[in-house]
Amino acid sequence: MKAFLAQHRMALDDAKQKLLASPLSAVLSLIMIGTALALPVAGLLVLDNLRSLAGGTPQVQQISLFMTASADSEAAGEIEARLRAARPGNWRFVSRDEALERLKLVEGVSEILESLPKNPLPDAFVVEPADIRPEAVENLAQVFSSWPNIAHVQLDSDWVRRLDVFLRIGKLALFMLAGLFGGALVIITFNTIRLQILAQASEIEVARLVGATNAFIRRPFQYFGLLQGFLGGLFASLLIFSGSWLLSEPLDDLVALYGAVWNFHGLNFQTIAGMAAIGAFLGWFGAFLSVTVHLKKMG
Amino acid sequence: MITARALFKRYPQGIEALKDVSFEIGAGEMVFITGHSGAGKTTLFRLLAAIERPTSGSLLINGKNIGALSASAIPYLRRKFGLIFQDQKLLFDRNALDNVLLPLKIAGLSVQEALRRARAALDKVGLLDREKASLLTLSGGEQQRLAIARAVVNRPTILLADEPTTNLDQDSAAEILGIFRAFHQVGVTLIIATHDPRWIARLSPRILRLDRGSLQDSAECFNPRP
Ligand SMILES: Nc1ncnc2c1ncn2[C@@H]1O[C@H](COP(=O)(O)OP(=O)(O)O)[C@@H](O)[C@H]1O
Ligand SMILES: [Mg+2]
Repeated sequence: MKAFLAQHRMALDDAKQKLLASPLSAVLSLIMIGTALALPVAGLLVLDNLRSLAGGTPQVQQISLFMTASADSEAAGEIEARLRAARPGNWRFVSRDEALERLKLVEGVSEILESLPKNPLPDAFVVEPADIRPEAVENLAQVFSSWPNIAHVQLDSDWVRRLDVFLRIGKLALFMLAGLFGGALVIITFNTIRLQILAQASEIEVARLVGATNAFIRRPFQYFGLLQGFLGGLFASLLIFSGSWLLSEPLDDLVALYGAVWNFHGLNFQTIAGMAAIGAFLGWFGAFLSVTVHLKKMG
Repeated sequence: MITARALFKRYPQGIEALKDVSFEIGAGEMVFITGHSGAGKTTLFRLLAAIERPTSGSLLINGKNIGALSASAIPYLRRKFGLIFQDQKLLFDRNALDNVLLPLKIAGLSVQEALRRARAALDKVGLLDREKASLLTLSGGEQQRLAIARAVVNRPTILLADEPTTNLDQDSAAEILGIFRAFHQVGVTLIIATHDPRWIARLSPRILRLDRGSLQDSAECFNPRP
C-alpha cells in the first residue's frame, strides 16, 4: 500500500516536472483549456442570471380578464365565484367605471373620453397568479378564456414566456457548445501527450526493458492530463470571476433602470469545483486515449 | 534453471535466425554464446529477455515457459534479470546516478533505499565518483560499466549481456571482464553473447556456438583454462 502510494506520488511529481519543464506551452495550454471551459459556463451563468431577472421583475406576472361589453354584474359575480373557487392567487375586480376614472387621469385622454356617449371599457379582473412559472401562467390563461362572458384574456407576461423559450434554446446551444469545447479539451490534451510520448520514446523503451509495467509508463502522462485539466478549470474560474466582476456594476445599474430587484450572482464554490473536476476528468481522458493509442503503436 | 528445447525463431521477413536450438544452463554457470555476425546471438538474447517470442519450442527459466508468458507478466520477469544491451540503452539526458535509479524506481523502492542501492552498484563498477556526471562525458568503457551497474542494481540472479566488449579497447574490455568474473564468483548466472575472441582466450568454461542459427557441438570449442 505504501509502495503503491509512493508510485502515485512519484508519477504526480513527474507530471508536475513535465508541466514546469515547458512553462510557455503549459501556459498556452491552460489558456486554451481555461477558455474552452469558461465560455460555456459563463454562458450558462448569464442565462441563469437572466432567468432570475425575469423572476425578480415586479408585477410581470399578471393576467387580465376582460369581460364582454354586454356582461352585467351577474356575469361578473359568476367570474368572481369561479376565481374564488380556483384560487389562482391574488385577484382584484376592476369595474368599467373604475377603469374609466383611471384612464381619465392620463393627460390628453380625458377630453376624448368626455366626448364619448358612453363608457367603452369593459369590466375586468386582474389576477396575480401565485404560481408564476410560465407554463402555469399559460395554463391559467387558457382556463380563464374558456369561462363565460370573457371576451379576452391578456397575459402581461408574454415577454417572460418568450424569454423562457429563448433561455431554453440558449441553454441547449450552450450545452452543445460545452460538448464541443469539452471535445476540444480532450483533443488538446491528446496532442500534448502525443508530443510528450514522441519526445520520450527512448525513455519509455528503456523503462520497459528494465521492467516497467504499462501502468508505470502511463501514470505520469495521465497525471499530467489530470493536473493540466484541473488547473485549466481553476483558470476558467478566474476568467469568469474577472469577467463577472467587471460586468456586475454596469449590469446592476442597467437593471435598476427597469425597476427590477436583482443581484448578479457569479461563481459559487460548487461551480468552481465542478469546472476543476470536469477539466481534470477530460484532461485525464485525453491523456488516457493518447497513451493507449501511442503506446500501442510503440509496441 | 534455463532450458531451451527445440527453439525456432523466424522473423516476419522469413529469416530463420534460430533453428532447433536446445541447451541447458545451470544456476551459477558462466556461458558464452559465440558465433559470427548474423549467427543468431542477439536473437537468442532477445528471446531470453522476453523481448521476442520464439516461433516454436520452449524456453523455460526456473520452470516457467517465458515464450508463453502473458504480456502483463513480462515486466516482473525482466526485473529478475540484469540486461546489458549491445547498444546499452542508456539515457543520455540523465546523469549516471539517475540511469541506475530507474530500475529501482520501477520496482517501487523507497527513495533512500534506491539511492543506497544505486550507489552500491556504481561503486561495484568503479563509477561512484562519477554519479553526477553527464553521460556525454563518460568514455565508452565507463558507459559500459554504467550499463552493468544498471543491470545489477536490482540484484538479479541472471545477468544477460549482448556484445559487452565490442568497440572497447583492451583495458576497458579487461575491466568489464573482471566485473563479470566478480559476479560469477558470488553465484550470479552469466550468459554473454560475443564474437570477441579476447573473451574466449581469457576465460571460457562453457561455450554455446551458433552458426547460422544452429547450435554447433560445443565440445570442440571448449577451451580449457591455460
Ligand atoms: N528484427 C529482425 N527482423 C528481421 N531479421 C532479423 C531481425 N533481427 C535479426 N534478424 C536477422 O536474423 C539473423 C540473426 O541476427 P542476430 O540474432 O542479430 O545475429 P548476431 O547477433 O549473432 O549477429 C540475421 O540474419 C539478421 O539479419
Ligand atoms: Mg548481435
